[in-house]
Amino acid sequence: MHELGIVFYIIRDVKEAAQANGVGHVDAVVMDIGEVSTIIPDYLQDCWRWAADKEDMLRGCELKINTINAVTRCGDCGAEYGTVEHGKTCPVCQSANTWLIRGNEVEIKEIQVNDNN
Amino acid sequence: MDKVKVIEIKKSVFADNDEDAARLRSELKRRGVYLLNLMSSPGSGKTTTLIQTLKRLEGRLRVSVMEADIDSDVDAIKIQEATGVPSIQLHTGGMCHLDAEMTRQGLDNVALSDSDLVILENVGNLVCPAEFDTGAVRNAMILSVPEGHDKPLKYPLMFSVCDLVLVNKTDVMPYFDFDMDKCREYVHMRNPKAVIIPICAKTGEGIDAFADWLVQEVKNWKQQ
Ligand SMILES: Nc1nc2c(ncn2[C@@H]2O[C@H](COP(=O)(O)OP(=O)(O)OP(=O)(O)O)[C@@H](O)[C@H]2O)c(=O)[nH]1
Ligand SMILES: [Mg+2]
Ligand SMILES: [Zn+2]
Repeated sequence: MHELGIVFYIIRDVKEAAQANGVGHVDAVVMDIGEVSTIIPDYLQDCWRWAADKEDMLRGCELKINTINAVTRCGDCGAEYGTVEHGKTCPVCQSANTWLIRGNEVEIKEIQVNDNN
Repeated sequence: MDKVKVIEIKKSVFADNDEDAARLRSELKRRGVYLLNLMSSPGSGKTTTLIQTLKRLEGRLRVSVMEADIDSDVDAIKIQEATGVPSIQLHTGGMCHLDAEMTRQGLDNVALSDSDLVILENVGNLVCPAEFDTGAVRNAMILSVPEGHDKPLKYPLMFSVCDLVLVNKTDVMPYFDFDMDKCREYVHMRNPKAVIIPICAKTGEGIDAFADWLVQEVKNWKQQ
């Protein structure tokens, strides 16, 4: 359900970008989705198919998802480590003074269109 | 062969909503209205807490309530009947959260010139509502004792966006292994500045502290 809301945002942004570039039909949308963004790629795909096919400009348009690995940085020892494996506590020095440096993205990277017209 | 042309966008899906929300916040500021976004899991006690709190705010603040629900309107009716405070129901049409645009549409049906404080009861859910800035001045959430003190570990985003955490249903503490000190520690890991108030919506314990917090917040917002 979360994913459906996101899909409506993606559709709005993609249509805007397509119109701005004089594009009639979009063939693929490429997304960067962080590992800890709370987006479930399978749900996102299902919602995408359902909603995109209702739009002339996006009928049959493919959603391509790049997964961005989540990385956390430790403010005490400077280590960078995998968030999914170790969470909030630094595996090197056990500090909790850590913050996510990537992995939270829900970003439209690019759209792909057919260029033989 | 078809040639593929790539148009780069590089834009967060949340960017437009964040802008909408900031715009809404500054409009509310201009009108002297404080919007609180109240979130929690289903059944943590949002509606019960509001009923208790609204009774204590009578004569101190002029309050309106917006109840967001996927499809029903039981909460708005309950609030209105129990307290007489004007309440409207927002239907999210299947969506698990409210965004700034939906919040704005809801506010169009609220008498803003007669309100110091508008409380939005968001959809019961610990994940999705945290992603979307509604335009509220502050986010608050209710964690109820039966859910367990480890929730800040499992739902980090929710706890990092909340300025106030109400720990509800303290009357059932004897039956659960809920550890209040651990709870405080975990909440502060997510947001060191979060205010934590233990409450019991059933008996009214702690509700005065919440009401006082609201009065102070609204005062600060109007003076700032
Ligand atoms: N024992 C106990 N029960 C409570 C307390 N607060 C609420 N409840 C009960 O918890 C149940 C859910 O309360 P609601 O206020 O409807 O919760 P809610 O968060 O508004 O629920 P949704 O709107 O469905 O997400 C009701 O049966 C309440 O009576 C409390 O402090 N102690
Ligand atoms: Mg409710
Ligand atoms: Zn470290």
